[in-house]
Amino acid sequence: MRSHRFNPLNSIEGSKILGISCLLLAIGIYTTLSTDRFLLAGNLENIVHRTALFGILSIGAAFVIITGGIDLSIGSVVCLTGVLLPYLLTQCQWPIAAALAAVGGLSIAVGAFHGIMITKLRLQPFVVTLCGLLLYRGVARGITSDQSQGFGTAFKGLRTLATGHMRLFSGDDFNFRLPATALILIVVALAAMVILNKTVFGRYLLAIGSNPEAAKYSGINVDRATVAAYILCSTLAGLGGVLFVLDINAAQPSDFGNFYELYAIAAAVLGGCSLRGGEGNIAGVVVGAAVMVVLSNAINLVHPQYQNIEFAIIGGVILAGVTADALIRRILKGY
Amino acid sequence: MASSATNSVLEACGVGKQFGGVSALKDVSLQVRRGEVLAVVGENGAGKSTLMKILAGVIQPSEGSLQVDGGHVTFSSVEQALLMGVALIHQELNLAPNLDIGANIFLGREPSRFGLISKRKIAAEATQLLASLGLDVSPYARLDSLSIGRQQLVEIAKALSINARVLIMDEPTSSLSQQEANRLYDVIRQLKDRDVGIVYISHRLQEVVDLADRVVVLRDGEFVGELEQTQIDRDRIVRMMVGRDVSQFYQRTPHPPGNTAIVARRLRTAAFPREQLDFSVRAGEIVGVAGLVGAGRTELLTTLFGVTPAVGGSLTIAGQELTPRNPAEAIRAGVVLAPEDRRSTGLMLTLSVERNLSLASLRNKLNVYGFIRGRGESELCRQTMDQLEIKSAHPRWPVRWLSGGNQQKVVLGKWLATQPSVLLLDEPTRGIDIGSKSEIYRLMHELAGQGVAIVFASSDMEEILGLSDRVLVMHQGRMAGEVEREQLSEELILQMAIGHGSQKPVEPAAS
Repeated sequence: MRSHRFNPLNSIEGSKILGISCLLLAIGIYTTLSTDRFLLAGNLENIVHRTALFGILSIGAAFVIITGGIDLSIGSVVCLTGVLLPYLLTQCQWPIAAALAAVGGLSIAVGAFHGIMITKLRLQPFVVTLCGLLLYRGVARGITSDQSQGFGTAFKGLRTLATGHMRLFSGDDFNFRLPATALILIVVALAAMVILNKTVFGRYLLAIGSNPEAAKYSGINVDRATVAAYILCSTLAGLGGVLFVLDINAAQPSDFGNFYELYAIAAAVLGGCSLRGGEGNIAGVVVGAAVMVVLSNAINLVHPQYQNIEFAIIGGVILAGVTADALIRRILKGY
Repeated sequence: MASSATNSVLEACGVGKQFGGVSALKDVSLQVRRGEVLAVVGENGAGKSTLMKILAGVIQPSEGSLQVDGGHVTFSSVEQALLMGVALIHQELNLAPNLDIGANIFLGREPSRFGLISKRKIAAEATQLLASLGLDVSPYARLDSLSIGRQQLVEIAKALSINARVLIMDEPTSSLSQQEANRLYDVIRQLKDRDVGIVYISHRLQEVVDLADRVVVLRDGEFVGELEQTQIDRDRIVRMMVGRDVSQFYQRTPHPPGNTAIVARRLRTAAFPREQLDFSVRAGEIVGVAGLVGAGRTELLTTLFGVTPAVGGSLTIAGQELTPRNPAEAIRAGVVLAPEDRRSTGLMLTLSVERNLSLASLRNKLNVYGFIRGRGESELCRQTMDQLEIKSAHPRWPVRWLSGGNQQKVVLGKWLATQPSVLLLDEPTRGIDIGSKSEIYRLMHELAGQGVAIVFASSDMEEILGLSDRVLVMHQGRMAGEVEREQLSEELILQMAIGHGSQKPVEPAAS
């Protein structure tokens, strides 16, 4: 018989957050020792900023993965909202509020569409969102005639949302300013944590991911909760797209947001979401997103000559991390 | 019996099987002879399936031995049994519905040329085999384009393709229509003429009487007796199947029933849309639902719970007319179901004990504007674990770490936390240890004493007789009869369950 005392290492969530944090720390220490540019304020600001942007996408992906589903269309939704916002503002001359409402509404509609196809027509999430991946990028390229979209020098105020900073330390040698996107991530992450851990809806998502049939037998409206998860995911992808384009100020419809769904899914899985569903926590997902960003940063700083094989390195490190996690778990638990 | 030994093709000598210390089969001997139909009958849990699995090499006996043609054999796998000419036709067919018929017949033994499967050869041989069974279909048709009855003939063709000399059929007609069953009887007679020995398991005594050349009766895993063809008679079989003292395992405390808790009027389930069900259950009453496998007990319960909504008729729950269209509606009305298969439909195995226990109470009790009341949740969890004596478990452990008995208690606890007025239980003690069993019985009586109406379906006759204040007996989707506690007898229930009890429709009991 097992010991009766509760061991946090036996808590799946606790051990996963611990594991991913160790990975982040290891990469951080390695990079710090390899180059003195890693800890420069500017570099750290950039890391936090990019972690925030990818973290927002990853949290969305996490909600869907927790229900046992998947969303492959995140990158294309990023592209769609990312090119539509400047397009509506500059070419169509829409007011800011209307343009934001339009891309927001569109993101919600995309998620609702996915959810309804998956629950009512019983289509597989992989198929539905794979088609979405192709569809939305095609639509984005069609609307904009494949022309790069940006704000030029206008909309400085709006762009502060993604480019602004808040001065935290103002010393002579260390001048860290917190990016505005980090504040947005904090708000999103806190809200997501509350939703997942403190609300009935969040608990239902975990239950559905763990066993949809038993969830139905427990009186849960499985379809409604699932649709809501897809809406959350697409809405956060849309928000991400808006922030990315506000930041970069140029969105090429053919490659804007390419592969971002894979970054988001990888971060969610690294952060402790099981693709089988029923497991996941927001803090881990944010750390997972940071691992992706820091890893990419480390390659840029330490081994710029390997930049062309960045994907291979990221893939290898994730695989190693996941393998180590599985092996350690098996040794500790005996299964 | 020595005289017929020469005729015997497959023989079991004193075989037994223990599962984790529990005997499922004890010292059973039987002979299967060339060209005869040997029927094996017994109640649910009598050990028939275990015996069949041993004969077909699916499992190995803990004791005893098998002989083929008088020589000792050990089947360590189904393949070895097949090699010796013994084939099992499962209740659930073992075919690949996405492949074509020919591919199914020769699955694993595909005739090939240079490593490539020879479709033409398969088709030619398959067509011949199918024709010999009177099945005129293209071997290129997908298996799932056939009805279940025809799929079964494909499985028989598969057995014949390896020259099976003994065919073991486990409840072959349980999911067949009458015409399909008739065709199967013809095939069986034809197989007899080809000198194939057939072991036939069935709950339907009529077909046993019609088909069998010999009958072997099992009870509680033991051999009870054997009837030669001239002795075969339904009443005699039933008497042999029963004949056992009901144990004193069930401590009863009388609890006077209260008001009517649930009434079904002309209720029609999706599974048996042509049958109308009428019955009522009062508060504090424990009503057992008996019947054979496939009689519609589970379907009745899932209809009451709204998982598969009723297709007709009405339900009145606590005086309010309400026919639940989904479980949420049923739960709100106080009707809850602990389902038959707790792992697939009762529990979130990866979630903690606490989260499983609170799940059904979140919406109606444990939240403030959609936010979970954390303290209320842990309090509820602690109370339920105490009440049900869910021992040796931490509230934060995933449920999959718990024993079967404790898992079942978690399912019950989840529902008790909602304070139901009608508790539906489907096979409440299947697969759990004797200790947890008696605790669940105790709990059922305790709840009935508190005025909960309990309806439980069970294949365990002892459980039905020991617990019920009243028994509803189902047969092929309809109410075959209703028996009050005073008249309860195993024989009566069994007669009704096999469709030979009172045939008259049951009036809804007045409250």
